[in-house]
Amino acid sequence: MADLLIELFSEEIPARMQGRAAADLKKRVTDGLVEASLTFAGAAGFSTPRRLTLAIEGLLERSPDQSEERKGPRVDAPEKAIEGFLRGAGVSRDDLEIRDEKKGQVYFATIRKPGRPAAEIVAEVLEDAIRNFPWPKSMRWGAGSLKWVRPLHSILCILSREDGAEVVPMDVDGIASDNTTEGHRFMGSGRFAVNGFDDYEAKLKRDHVILNAEERADAIWTEATSQAFASGLEVVEDKGLLTEVAGLVEWPVVLMGAIDAEFLGLPPEVLQTSMKEHQKFFSVKNPKTGRIERFITVANRETVDHGATILAGNQKVLSARLSDAKFFWENDLRVAKSNIAAWTDRLSNVTFHNQLGSQAKRIDRIVALARDIAPAVGADPALAEQAARVAKADLSSEMVYEFPELQGLMGRYYAEAAGLPAEVANAAQEHYAPLGPSDDVPSAPVSVAVALADKIDTLTGFWAIDEKPTGSKDPYALRRASLGVIRILLSNDIRAGLDAWFDAQLLRHKINLNGDADAAEIEAMEEMLDEIADHGVFGAAFHAMLDRLKGKDDAPATDEGSLLRTVGDAVPDLSTDLLAFFHDRLKVYLRDQGLTHDVIDACLEMPGNDDVTLLVRRATALGAFLETEDGTNLVQGFKRAANILTQAEEKDGVEYSFGADAKFAETDEEKALFAALDAAGAKIAPAMEAEDFAAAMASMADLRAPIDAFFEAVQVNSDNQVVRRNRLNLLSRIRGLCLSVADLTRIEG
Amino acid sequence: MSKTTAKPRSFQEIILRLQAYWADKGCAVMQPYDMEVGAGTFHPATTLRSLGSRPWAAAYVQPSRRPTDGRYGENPNRLQHYYQYQVLIKPSPPDLQELYLGSLEAIGIDMDLHDIRFVEDDWESPTLGAWGLGWEVWCDGMEVSQFTYFQQVGGHDCHPVSGELTYGLERLAMYVLGIDHVMDMPYNDPDAPIALKYGDVFRQTEQEYSRWNFDVANTDVLLKHFEDAEAECHSILSQAHDDPKTGKRIVMAHPAYDQCIKASHIFNLLDARGVISVTERQSYIGRVRTLAKMCADAFVQTEAGGWTAEAKADA
Repeated sequence: MADLLIELFSEEIPARMQGRAAADLKKRVTDGLVEASLTFAGAAGFSTPRRLTLAIEGLLERSPDQSEERKGPRVDAPEKAIEGFLRGAGVSRDDLEIRDEKKGQVYFATIRKPGRPAAEIVAEVLEDAIRNFPWPKSMRWGAGSLKWVRPLHSILCILSREDGAEVVPMDVDGIASDNTTEGHRFMGSGRFAVNGFDDYEAKLKRDHVILNAEERADAIWTEATSQAFASGLEVVEDKGLLTEVAGLVEWPVVLMGAIDAEFLGLPPEVLQTSMKEHQKFFSVKNPKTGRIERFITVANRETVDHGATILAGNQKVLSARLSDAKFFWENDLRVAKSNIAAWTDRLSNVTFHNQLGSQAKRIDRIVALARDIAPAVGADPALAEQAARVAKADLSSEMVYEFPELQGLMGRYYAEAAGLPAEVANAAQEHYAPLGPSDDVPSAPVSVAVALADKIDTLTGFWAIDEKPTGSKDPYALRRASLGVIRILLSNDIRAGLDAWFDAQLLRHKINLNGDADAAEIEAMEEMLDEIADHGVFGAAFHAMLDRLKGKDDAPATDEGSLLRTVGDAVPDLSTDLLAFFHDRLKVYLRDQGLTHDVIDACLEMPGNDDVTLLVRRATALGAFLETEDGTNLVQGFKRAANILTQAEEKDGVEYSFGADAKFAETDEEKALFAALDAAGAKIAPAMEAEDFAAAMASMADLRAPIDAFFEAVQVNSDNQVVRRNRLNLLSRIRGLCLSVADLTRIEG
Repeated sequence: MSKTTAKPRSFQEIILRLQAYWADKGCAVMQPYDMEVGAGTFHPATTLRSLGSRPWAAAYVQPSRRPTDGRYGENPNRLQHYYQYQVLIKPSPPDLQELYLGSLEAIGIDMDLHDIRFVEDDWESPTLGAWGLGWEVWCDGMEVSQFTYFQQVGGHDCHPVSGELTYGLERLAMYVLGIDHVMDMPYNDPDAPIALKYGDVFRQTEQEYSRWNFDVANTDVLLKHFEDAEAECHSILSQAHDDPKTGKRIVMAHPAYDQCIKASHIFNLLDARGVISVTERQSYIGRVRTLAKMCADAFVQTEAGGWTAEAKADA
């Protein structure tokens, strides 16, 4: 057994790539070793800004010998065939063995592959890993053709045993392996040799390199929090920044500095973003006031002045940066206070998407839809319109140009500065939410209206130009947008059909996309928007428009192939397709909440399936119902009834749907079922009317015992045709009643 | 590394030290290119010389113009005209990082007191059809240089690869000299009989150019100049390689490239005037890139670009 140590020493590796690269090195090398049957006990990968390291313990000294038996031609086969076999197997005739087989005597060859020494295999595997390393971006340097993330300087590769270490000899484009490395760029003592992992790690530490990235991160966090604590402050946690900073230093030295008083009036988010993005500083806040008052920077070295020069330099850079931020903030506030509408106007020069037009056009559409949506979510339409109008104004501000991630938040500050109503300022920030699956969902009605309008406008737009997500490709984050709509509707318990909103917004996109159409055509489509608002259904609106145009002279063309007809045909299809996309997202969402897809399918068949809240209520009730014993058994009874009916209907060529009469009932069980259906029917209909699905299903559960008893005692296919027909019609009452609650045929099992 | 040198006292002393340092390391110390450019990279000593197989080592100061950055001389850091110090070595030597750090020591940055970091920063110039990988170099959190290994220029793979160093001279000098406002920085020795500050030399020109760039430059004329430069570049490169007058093979890569530089700078001026819309912007950048690529194609057909009669015969 031996231990293997590999270090690839290069110029500074981008921090964001280090962790992944250490894992890739480990995977590529260990996969290669296993492939060559060179097994080992354990492996660990490490990274610092200048090195990738892999330590493997308990590696075999040699790969095991292997032998393979190969069957050849018969002994009396032509000479050429035998020679061909010898060549293929790489053996001589003396090595062949003759065995008796059924068909006669046959040659057998045993091919022996001797094991190979570990060093030989390691050299091959490592060279292959280096040459084919999956860097996100790699480069050449000097006059060579080797690619690495930045110039590769040395390869340390040793096999160590109790009696010492041996270099695994290899050469990759002129870089020869050896047993040396170096420590910190500025605090190290030049190249040194190592004889194994422990020696390597210890000598690196002596030369001011902490090999383990997690150890560096822990050291940074511990020191940062304790320095902050000593001043009665706390560090704002940021895991991503911590990982990045740990990848920028080999010897972290934590320094805390003050922020000039003149900048403390900036919004805390601006301070934090500016410090993080530009300087990789942590923010330190005063827990009492919530204000950010200091910063933490992490240097890569110790100095005789204990970091005083470094800290002073960093402080100065920060002041310059924050002067810029303050300049933007003050300029922006001036615009916001005097004429915030100027920002919206400027968005007519900003393209949202080359087909879907400018940001200003987009805002016009969102405004219109937000107005449509407002009544359904309890928002004042005028406020919703105003909010939608300014919600994206901050995209023109200098601050958001500099820090795009502050969009929305700055919108809130600027809307407040402009003296706009609080609902409008809230909506400017909240209409982007939710972005991630764990983000909070807006609940203020005006924010909800704008958030829904924004997302539905995006979705319908990309549907209108056929840029739907495919497979793993979803460049416009449309899945996220639809999930956002679903979550907003559900968490606010909003009752509304999506169809009408989809139709209206698709039509608005069509109007926008056909900007070169005749004025009369545009006018007709705009009138259709009003019709949708009145009728709520696209088909009705479309036909109302066709009727109205019929009588008119010089009306735009509405025949096959005309713009109006094409749009009229396309919108319902797009709308249906988009709704199906929503249903798919909803299934994924509800699956995470423990509802299976068949339960949802059963509810999708019911009317009002474009009302997400209704759909989920129905599915939740059905899911709960199916969890009960009555529920599962009732489904069985329902299916049995439906199967018998379907078979009889196919055989007889008629539909049994009406006319079951208790007077033809022969048995008590039959009579009881009639009574039970009457009773349940009397309860289910009003419960459904009231959308009390739990009550409807409870009433349905009452049917379970009578149905079971019926099937136990009664033969449906009686010889008496009147009785048989009556029983089939009775079964159809079961089917009809159950289907009025949900499509139970969809339930699996 | 050598021990700390005495602190420089003026802007020009920093430039002189960089010149001496890189001359000592074997670079040809060149002079600024005599045209308006946005960055030192545009100097043909970088753009064109990074192409082809012939070794090259040059260092120079390049005045650079960024019309949109004009602030009438009032902003402590922003200028529409400033200086870059540029080093290009091909092939990039294995100790380029050490050479670079040596240059920081040469201008008085004490490695024992400061925190120098190489932070990922990939470089791309859409107008030059060029990209490379490297870092921005931080000194105590401040970006003091860009360090790039050129991978592609004018659409051509760089073989061998050039190492490029770019120092923003004003910012670097302000840091080394401890100055907060660029206009307060000593330009020559503060004890000279006629001591001049940066502002004495440049405040007025910053005002004049800011006004001209933002409000006065005649955009119609500029648009015309852009078209002219583009047409001239195409015309130059459409000429036969063999000169009918001398009978010699003369590929006019440099005169053509001058027109490309011109077009690029005019585009920057038009951009500062705000007369270029978002969509047009892409198209202008594309037009300049086309010129840059054609010039690169032409340069590799010259001797400096690695062309030889023999290689041509072999092919």
